Amino acid sequence: MTILQIIFLLTAFLTLLAALRVVTSPSMVHAALWLILALAGVAVVFILLNATFLAVVQVAVYIDAIAIMIIIVVMLTRGAVRGQGHTVSKTWWAAALSALVMLTGLLVMLLQAPVRGALPPTLPLDQEAFLERLGQALVDVNQYILPFEVASVLLVAAMVGAIIVAWPLFVRRGEEER
Amino acid sequence: MDSFWIDPFSFIGSQLAAWLTGLGLAENWVSLILQLVGALALGTAVLILTFLLIWAERKIVARIQDRLGPNRVGPYGIFQTVADLLKLVTKELITPEGADLLPYNLAPLLAVMSVVGLWAVIPMAPTLLGADIHVGVLYIVSVGSIGTLGILLAGLSSNNKYALLGAFRTVALMISYAVPMALALLVPVLLAGSMSMQEIVLAQKGLPFLLLAPVAALIFFVSSIAEVGRAPFDLLEAESEIVAGFHIEYSGLKFGMFFVAEFLHAFTISALTAVLFMGGWRGPWAEQYTALGFLYFLVKTSLVYFVVIWIRGSFPRIRIDQMNALNWKLITPVALAGLVVTAVAEKVALELGAPRLLTHLAGNALLIFAAAAGLGAYARAARRRSELLAKASKAEAPAG
Repeated sequence: MTILQIIFLLTAFLTLLAALRVVTSPSMVHAALWLILALAGVAVVFILLNATFLAVVQVAVYIDAIAIMIIIVVMLTRGAVRGQGHTVSKTWWAAALSALVMLTGLLVMLLQAPVRGALPPTLPLDQEAFLERLGQALVDVNQYILPFEVASVLLVAAMVGAIIVAWPLFVRRGEEER
Repeated sequence: MDSFWIDPFSFIGSQLAAWLTGLGLAENWVSLILQLVGALALGTAVLILTFLLIWAERKIVARIQDRLGPNRVGPYGIFQTVADLLKLVTKELITPEGADLLPYNLAPLLAVMSVVGLWAVIPMAPTLLGADIHVGVLYIVSVGSIGTLGILLAGLSSNNKYALLGAFRTVALMISYAVPMALALLVPVLLAGSMSMQEIVLAQKGLPFLLLAPVAALIFFVSSIAEVGRAPFDLLEAESEIVAGFHIEYSGLKFGMFFVAEFLHAFTISALTAVLFMGGWRGPWAEQYTALGFLYFLVKTSLVYFVVIWIRGSFPRIRIDQMNALNWKLITPVALAGLVVTAVAEKVALELGAPRLLTHLAGNALLIFAAAAGLGAYARAARRRSELLAKASKAEAPAG
């Protein structure tokens, strides 16, 4: 057992445990915290796969932005800290059955793939060139510039929408005097 | 012994590696153990350094306020922080009733973790570096924001309205100022062509980025002070307003951890400013004698830390609406424009063969001029609005 394998097994176990606790936690804040642990586990898996840029972006986007946003939303809806009571729905057996079916399907499909052994994949490029290629691919006309620009437009639309929703209602002076 | 004086850090590393291999361990276990020992040493050294930092801060702020500061415990009061720490350790850890235990206990850990984790990528000498990852700058942005999470959880889980107010202010302050900090961090990345911290230091050969991008350096410095939550941005723990804010319900060593995290974070951002904009360990003969490089790094960081303490002792606390207006109306647009100006200036200097320093200084001068003009127009509009309001209310008063 190499060190990387041990680290991977520990991380995978921790991530799965955290993911389980996310859906079974009675308190929303606790669920958000377990989600942060699960996302951090995914970041560690990215590092093990030699994708350091993705790992850091995972931490920066998921943990520092999305998880904080979840906690803020939970904070602003009072009463969520103390738990909701019954967290498991009545039709949990249907959900468990469909999850089992999906797991079986995934396992069958993955076991049919050719076995490569437990070696980490060797990337053809070193990391600096990889980053440069990523940057150039995002602005290359033949590659990913269209999704890049569409994502920017989406973000601007979201910001404009947020500002409009948060705009204070002005009361005109004429109505106030009357 | 010769190579010890020339390069003590690699010498110690190779000696340890040789000893461990001599004990019969396999190669990757040796490197794992060395990395673990290095991480442990770095974390411990940085936390012990905090004793000195707190003492220095108290003495300097005291002198600014025309008094002496701690001078009883040890020569010049050097052991005052040790006494404070012993007091904090022996205090009872009171948990408020109704506090959510998991985030309550996790918050101080996250705050300290984010700050100590930042030291992993700071190059202190040519060969003294925690990890030379090629996305070092992005790592700083992401790990730095974990501290925000810690403070948010502290305020949220304390079952205390003042703490909750502190948490709301945290959200407004730290998340807002992370935006111009990240934007200003991109300018050295542009100028050096790489996100790795060691590469940025190496690219400052002969010309520190402070001269090439003074506006970005200033923006990074100011938004980092806001990120740490130090005066004048210390509305997170404004004692006169919300009675210690987010750490009001923490006692004993848990409060000690927040305390340590804040002072260490201030030193860390001084180190980052020194590394990114002032050349880090660069100096005469730093490449040959790496211990000299370490010395230059310490001197530069201490200089910036002195400025941080100086600012703390000089400015009044900023209000939350002033803080929001400052960030979104001034600092973020200037940071965005600075990024564009730097990219354009770099390209112009490259293509037209213009001298790099002059092009960048011209771009920065243009930026400062535009920002000053914008500020002037904004101030004139605000003054005109307030004059109109005063005239309108004066016209109503005799009529009403």
